[in-house]
Amino acid sequence: MARDIAMKRRSFFARVAAIAGAAALPSRAQIRFQPPQDITPLILEITKGVTPEKKGVEVELPVLVENGNTVPLRVRVASPMTDADHVKAIHVFAERNPRPCVASFYLGALCARPEVSARIRLAGTQTVTVLAELSGNRYWVGPRDVLVTSGACLDDASL
Amino acid sequence: MIPGKIQVPASVKAGEAFEVRVLVQHPMETGFRRDLDGRAIPMHIVDKLSCTFGGREVFRVELGSGMSANPYIAFFAKVPASGELVVEWSDDRGDRGRASAAIIVA
Repeated sequence: MARDIAMKRRSFFARVAAIAGAAALPSRAQIRFQPPQDITPLILEITKGVTPEKKGVEVELPVLVENGNTVPLRVRVASPMTDADHVKAIHVFAERNPRPCVASFYLGALCARPEVSARIRLAGTQTVTVLAELSGNRYWVGPRDVLVTSGACLDDASL
Repeated sequence: MIPGKIQVPASVKAGEAFEVRVLVQHPMETGFRRDLDGRAIPMHIVDKLSCTFGGREVFRVELGSGMSANPYIAFFAKVPASGELVVEWSDDRGDRGRASAAIIVA
């Protein structure tokens, strides 16, 4: 009888371990197939070697993203947008997307505010980096961490 | 012809900011997905979008596969006088689309 209970206990633990393992699988798969890439070279290519300052860029993203296929993004840069001091371009990078360059926005003279919004795809929990290119060869950067429970680009085919 | 539309306020003030919202209808296929037979679906994305007002460039975007399907983009513009705001986009297969709106300075 005691042996019987021990066996039940053992199989119970085995089952719990299996369930826990299965639950942990998506995150393990995400890490295995979508490792974070180093986006520093991409940034330095745009800045031509200048290290960007970490200031002035406000990135609005949901704290927790349930569906990585459509993530609302809004970027604001602290700039008066005058002829002498304006934002020329805003670049968005997602380090764990298969292609980290998400989009580049170029702002012309008729752009009134250094603010853009878009819907982007995120392949997993990661840091989204927004680089602002300002007049006078200045570069500002705003990193933002975002939690993604179900990423884009990760369907059954890639697992 | 890639369908899409833009939305602007009914009337604006000269030199004051107003929001321009653009919505393009496009699947934005990343090239990483597979169909039911396991064949890779080739990449197919809108990669360029630009906005002009009276021939002057207002705003331009280079899109990657990281933009969502049916890309939505919003930005702020200002105009000195009434005119036509034109938004044009094209995909990586050379297909194009265009939308325009009259900006009335009141």
